[in-house]
Amino acid sequence: MSENPKKLNLKQRYKLLTRGLDWETTYQPMDKVFPFDTFEGIKIHDWDGWEDPFRLTMDAYWKYQAEKERKLYAVIDSFAQNNGHMGITDARYVNAIKILLTGVTSLEYAAHRGFSHVGRHLRGVGPRVACQMQAIDELRHAQTQIHTLSHYNRYFDGFHDWRHMYDRVWYLSVPKSFFDDAMTAGPFEFVTAISFSFEYVLTNLLFVPFMSGAAYNGDMATVTFGFSAQSDEARHMTLGLEVIKFMLEQDEANVPIVQRWIDKWFWRGYRLLSLVAMMMDYMLPKRVMSWAEAWEMYYEDAGAALFEDLERYGLRPPKYADIATKEKNRLSHEVWSIFYNYTHAAAFHTWSPEDNELDWLSEKYPDTFDKMYRPRFDYWREQAAAGNRFYNQALPQLCTTCQIPMGFTEPDDPTKICFRESVFKHERYHFCSDGCKDIFDWEPEKYVQSWLPVHEIFKGNCGGTDLKDVLKWYHLNDGVDNMDYEGSPDQRLWAEWTANRSKAAE
Amino acid sequence: MTLDIKTSGVEPRRQTFANVARRLGADKPGSRYDEATLDVQPTENFHYRPLWDPKHELFDRSRTKIGMADWYAFRDPRQFYYGTYTIARARMMEAQEKNFKFVAKRNLLSSVDPAWLDKVRAYLIPLRHYEWGANMNNCLMTDYGYGTAITQATMFAATDRLGIAQMISRVGLMMDGNSGDSLGTAKEEWLHDSMWQGLRHMVEDSFVVDDWFEVLVAQNVAMDSIIHPLVFQTFDAIGINYGGAPVSLLNEFAVDWYADSRRWVDALLKVVAAESDSNRDQISEWIRTWQGRAQDAFKPISEHVLGDGAAQAMDVRILELHARLAKIGIEF
Amino acid sequence: MTRNVTITFQNTEEARPIIEAIEADNQNATAVVMPAMVKIDCPGRLIINRVTVEEKIGRDWDLQELHLSLISLAGNVDEDDDRIIIAWGS
Repeated sequence: MSENPKKLNLKQRYKLLTRGLDWETTYQPMDKVFPFDTFEGIKIHDWDGWEDPFRLTMDAYWKYQAEKERKLYAVIDSFAQNNGHMGITDARYVNAIKILLTGVTSLEYAAHRGFSHVGRHLRGVGPRVACQMQAIDELRHAQTQIHTLSHYNRYFDGFHDWRHMYDRVWYLSVPKSFFDDAMTAGPFEFVTAISFSFEYVLTNLLFVPFMSGAAYNGDMATVTFGFSAQSDEARHMTLGLEVIKFMLEQDEANVPIVQRWIDKWFWRGYRLLSLVAMMMDYMLPKRVMSWAEAWEMYYEDAGAALFEDLERYGLRPPKYADIATKEKNRLSHEVWSIFYNYTHAAAFHTWSPEDNELDWLSEKYPDTFDKMYRPRFDYWREQAAAGNRFYNQALPQLCTTCQIPMGFTEPDDPTKICFRESVFKHERYHFCSDGCKDIFDWEPEKYVQSWLPVHEIFKGNCGGTDLKDVLKWYHLNDGVDNMDYEGSPDQRLWAEWTANRSKAAE
Repeated sequence: MTLDIKTSGVEPRRQTFANVARRLGADKPGSRYDEATLDVQPTENFHYRPLWDPKHELFDRSRTKIGMADWYAFRDPRQFYYGTYTIARARMMEAQEKNFKFVAKRNLLSSVDPAWLDKVRAYLIPLRHYEWGANMNNCLMTDYGYGTAITQATMFAATDRLGIAQMISRVGLMMDGNSGDSLGTAKEEWLHDSMWQGLRHMVEDSFVVDDWFEVLVAQNVAMDSIIHPLVFQTFDAIGINYGGAPVSLLNEFAVDWYADSRRWVDALLKVVAAESDSNRDQISEWIRTWQGRAQDAFKPISEHVLGDGAAQAMDVRILELHARLAKIGIEF
Repeated sequence: MTRNVTITFQNTEEARPIIEAIEADNQNATAVVMPAMVKIDCPGRLIINRVTVEEKIGRDWDLQELHLSLISLAGNVDEDDDRIIIAWGS
């Protein structure tokens, strides 16, 4: 031992403590110990070429993460003690976080398990440790969401059986099929899908402007878990970029494989985020920015910079990104309309936007809103006022890939619904877009397996053929969790609480 | 004084999530552990079969021979979810960090008998690879396991083992003045020295076991119950005769960790063995197999450190395991 | 054209000295304040110097403390003991 130990910098220290922990096995063949990291065709010649993003050893990890957790739970506790849910702008807002708990929390959990898989099965120690840290982080995100939203569950409907719903409710098959798709793929595709396409390119759209919106609407608990999760996300994003660069640098033959995955997962992620577009434009009583603005900031600007940087590896921007940009002024309106139609089968409420909200949408979407959507909402509002709140009684046709009802429009004609189809083994499959059709055509054997909620209802696999039976099978309380916000128990109680509060203040 | 609590008429409409209430038998407040754990893993209507394992669903009970009517019958006695886990480990690490500083600042390793310190280097530093193996195995359990109650505990065990591997590495760096030479030597020994080959062979064999519960029994019960107590208790106690107390300080985390790990592992085995005779028999069989291998594999290392005392020290640990498992109804 | 790199922080007491340090060391940085967050853009390259932050807070500061208030970033990250650089291009 030395009297004067050499001073180690962060990089050297991390390398010594982590690299070299692994070894080339001799008693069992490496390909049997790591059976899954070659079948996708990705060629890795030198696992040591991996650059570790943010070199966290476990000691530092525990220290910083514990500090984040202490802070977060202090906020959650004080939110509960002070009846923080009373401080939000309006109870309609709560419907956005119902979607978060039922639709996103299970994705965090799926990411936890998916990264455990990759964290065991990639043969390089560097990427494996990075994936393991992400695996445990994602468990954190699932659990902090559950704990934060647990308070809302005590006062509002629609949160109560979130995981059960994730496995069964029709629109939750959109996020579920997305993550099942990634988890059932090989490890390199999984990391490309989740760390790069989803985390690096797209999740800013969910967690940054939406969470800022949560703060703006007085939900200090949600913004705290959201931003606390994002502080891990910044590490994950760096992992995502590193994974891509690593694969591209290792072998030229990897480029077309990675490009195909980026094309696929960009479109899959973008379709999933159409739910977020609706949440941002329609479900926040006070809005920070529109979906179109967020798209410009986080995809058009940041994405352009990213893909310009990746050009040197022979990578191009994702296919159909131009379509997504074409859709930015209609996406949220189309999706809100779909859910307005089917709120009787959803575990959250929709409503007719108020005048000032319609005006905000007109201002943010000057080229499309007044022309195409405002008249529709005006009409629906009149009908609702006259006692004819419209609920679509026919089950919708779903896109086989993204599983969203087929309500999106032609890229160059926003007045015409977009239909695409493919025939595989004498069966016809339907798609909402060229992007979703391409994904199917690449791997039809995979997507013919889709558990499509409408098909399953018709097959009799969802508790019965009557809507009431299906809702029961979903554990959805009919007349409570679903239907228009107007007249819902949430709305009545909120009115009562706020009236009592103003009385008490007098 | 009368206490007048003004309420705004805002009463909770339910106390916990429906799945938690179903398990508690009533709508009463669920603990943070319960809410973060129970039923969190999806169970049905998976969309696609894994390309890498088309015989199974993403989460599939048939990935182990162990059968449970309800995989949430097990609850972690430590009540660890991410928050409680990380905060507990940060506390342990803070104490450990003080120990590292204390030893480094006073250059206490120089007070240890050099021959003993050389022995410590020889038995301890290569174990960073054993810990890394344990990390891989716990990661596999988290991947293939069923039910959040178990897979979160294995996730925490996975990061624990990485942490311990890194702490052992730090001890090495302290010994070699941060040159990393001790780590290089230890890896050479792990790979080529005959003393380590039995252990490495066993660890590599555990990497190719598909049944995740077998891996759990092999790693977290059979192997750990021999290796951890021998290294961090028996060897350490001998070291005291050679001025080895500073080494004990550097290993304190590992000692505390093992006591902590045993709590959940024992609670898990107890519930699983109580479920059925076939579970009990299967666990016994796995323990017999892996415990036997672990004994043989670790014998040369134990002999290197303890000489003639090795056989007796091993017997103590084996008896200890018999007693421990007898308490939870498992004989082997 | 030089694309922006971006770093976003929570609008907290801990992040404030980091944001001030970035503003001091990156003349072309612009900060946009939104509810609960601050987004900083800078053409091409942005640096966070440990020493500048330490001057603002009057104590030792470990760059990894950044993780406590970071929300998002865009650009390639290069980190050592003294600074973090976020940049486009290699």
